[in-house]
Amino acid sequence: MKERLTRFFASRWGIVLVGAVIGLLAAQLQKLGNPANMGICVACFERDITGALGLHRAAATQNIRPEIIGMVLGATLAALLFGEFKARGGSAPMVRFVLGAFAMIGALVFLGCPWRAMLRLAGGDLNALLGIAGLALGITIGVIFLKNGYNLGRATKMRAAVGWVLPVIMLGLLYLRIAKPVFGEGAPIFFSEKGPGSMFAPVIVSLIVGLAIGFLAQRTRFCTMGAIRDFILMNDTHLLSGLGALVIAAFLANLAFGQFHPGFAAQPVAHSNHLWNFLGMTLSGLAFALSGGCPGRQLFLAGEGDSDAAIFVFGMIFGAAFAHNFNLAGKPDALVDGMLTVGGISPFGMAAVAVGLVVCLAIGFSMREKIA
Amino acid sequence: MKKVDARGYSCPQPVMMVRQAVQAGEFPIEVLVDTVTSRENVRRATQAMGCKVEVQEYEDGFSLTIDREK
Repeated sequence: MKERLTRFFASRWGIVLVGAVIGLLAAQLQKLGNPANMGICVACFERDITGALGLHRAAATQNIRPEIIGMVLGATLAALLFGEFKARGGSAPMVRFVLGAFAMIGALVFLGCPWRAMLRLAGGDLNALLGIAGLALGITIGVIFLKNGYNLGRATKMRAAVGWVLPVIMLGLLYLRIAKPVFGEGAPIFFSEKGPGSMFAPVIVSLIVGLAIGFLAQRTRFCTMGAIRDFILMNDTHLLSGLGALVIAAFLANLAFGQFHPGFAAQPVAHSNHLWNFLGMTLSGLAFALSGGCPGRQLFLAGEGDSDAAIFVFGMIFGAAFAHNFNLAGKPDALVDGMLTVGGISPFGMAAVAVGLVVCLAIGFSMREKIA
Repeated sequence: MKKVDARGYSCPQPVMMVRQAVQAGEFPIEVLVDTVTSRENVRRATQAMGCKVEVQEYEDGFSLTIDREK
């Protein structure tokens, strides 16, 4: 029975079904209170967690998001049930940390990870097209490195405790989300009072949706970066069909819920600065390609015991703190009294993207060996 | 028998290594992987290339024997 389920989830229908379910659930979360076109955004939600812990102080983006907790723990549950939990690590962890940090900075310049890029498109935000084009370019550069022998080296088997670190930290975050402790004056867990951080679906719903997505994605290896990479690298459309199903399902659900508003200007939590939407996601796509997975996939891998993926997650959190402490993140378009102010990024954000691209290229050129 | 040891690598490396071996045409090929993800990815990729795949489980992972479809 288990083996049959495993084969089903590994099949084309398995990945299409899971992609569609994720798309539907994401649209549903938006209807229930999550920010528009942000049913699930791994980068945004990790950034919100960063803010809730006070590691950055951008008042509009602070919240411990149960979706992230659920995505890790759902994957842990699936891996344990199917005998796939395997503690491992040691494949260039420091490089993965740096890649995580720049992946996050690129994503916050665009205002969303690949998951949200797809959901933005499904909600009619046409700026996502620039982001997705950038993502594809970044992944293409990553594929060129892969074809030239780029890899981060072998992981080795480790003691089980190593694999449990991130799942246990997620349990701790769940406690902080529910208990909301205050550690003295001016030292609370921060929760936004306005802005995207203040918008959320009921905690229990978000947690259950996260668990479901984590479970299903662990079984199917759903990955937004891998979808594009495998297509470019070897014409393999397996993961891509799952990603397509996500966009179509979210689009149809958005239509049904009245959440589809096509256009470029003043889209929710988005800016219409085309160049930096494109370049932000180019950086992000390259960093994800060099680290072997989109931010969601890194959560699922970490959930099944991959400590290298867990370190990538911490890299993203570090990057989020930098992005908001040093004014690197994109500012959304604003409509005030009918006047449109186009958002975008500061010169510091532009410099950060440039530095990130240089660092990623340096990693791509230097981490090479013949493996076959 | 041509051997490909892809243990410790995560996708897409195992698939890339095996594709290279398949393209070189030195059958049969024995592939070692240590995760179910790699097992399924290698299985899918080689079947798509018209090969047949036999899987054996051992304590630390899987051994796949890949041969031409007769």
